[in-house]
Amino acid sequence: MTLEIIATLFVAFWLLVGAIFSLVGSIGLLKFNDSMTRLHAPTKVGTVGVGALLLASMIHSYIYGEGSMHELLIMAFLFVTAPISANFIAKVNMHKKSCETPPSPSRDDTWSTFNVPESDQVIAETE
Amino acid sequence: MIRAYHWLLPHPFLTLLLTVVWVLLQNSVTSGMVVFGLILGIIIPRVTVVWWPDRPRAFRLTRMIPYMLLVLWDILVANVQVAWIVLTRPNSKLRPAWVVVPLELKQPEAITILAGTITLTPGTVSADLSDEGHSLLVHALDAPDPDEIRDQIKERYERRLKGIFV
Repeated sequence: MTLEIIATLFVAFWLLVGAIFSLVGSIGLLKFNDSMTRLHAPTKVGTVGVGALLLASMIHSYIYGEGSMHELLIMAFLFVTAPISANFIAKVNMHKKSCETPPSPSRDDTWSTFNVPESDQVIAETE
Repeated sequence: MIRAYHWLLPHPFLTLLLTVVWVLLQNSVTSGMVVFGLILGIIIPRVTVVWWPDRPRAFRLTRMIPYMLLVLWDILVANVQVAWIVLTRPNSKLRPAWVVVPLELKQPEAITILAGTITLTPGTVSADLSDEGHSLLVHALDAPDPDEIRDQIKERYERRLKGIFV
């Protein structure tokens, strides 16, 4: 009985931590005023916010039923794929010039995003 | 013998990884599932070997695990720092900056891991690689001194990755 109470407290604690970090991430998304700084908010939600929620889910499943390891997989795939979307959004920002122009690289000519034919360098406005 | 081994297991680490993922997906560690996972882990790398032409590069697992723990710890610390910035710092006092990190790493795998590490630790996002792969473009959320962030990335992550991928 006491074990269940302790486990419930643990689950509640991790749920709270996850919820707080997700909230802070969303506040950041609303508060920052240019697209590059906004990009920093979701990377936070994607790591600790979701990580804490999954940890809570794992503890719960081990106490109240059959243990589940799926959360480890979710975390692994999330950590592997999250940087890719951030990377793509950053590249789109660089192309749309919605941020400061990045400095040129130290040893090479240009950044690989800009290393494309002239006609592809400007993204057409869709509206 | 060695050639047969290379033919059957072109990517031993991928085989191991596929087996572990399969067992985790099934959510039960029974010998049947392990054997089935092993079968999948041998067939899938064998069938897709055309798209992975190079032999996998050796890396030191004994140094990889401390590196992963270090990154996890950094993610936690940096998360709290960024959450603090989000909640307390007004936008006008925020100093976002581009940071150019000159790379000493050559292997694509090592550069990928470095870029992923930079993005996962909140406060920095890796944006692009230069066309010849000699420097990495990083965007920092709040960088009063961009050189300090560059030195920190080189000192903390790149130096360790150089020890992992020899």
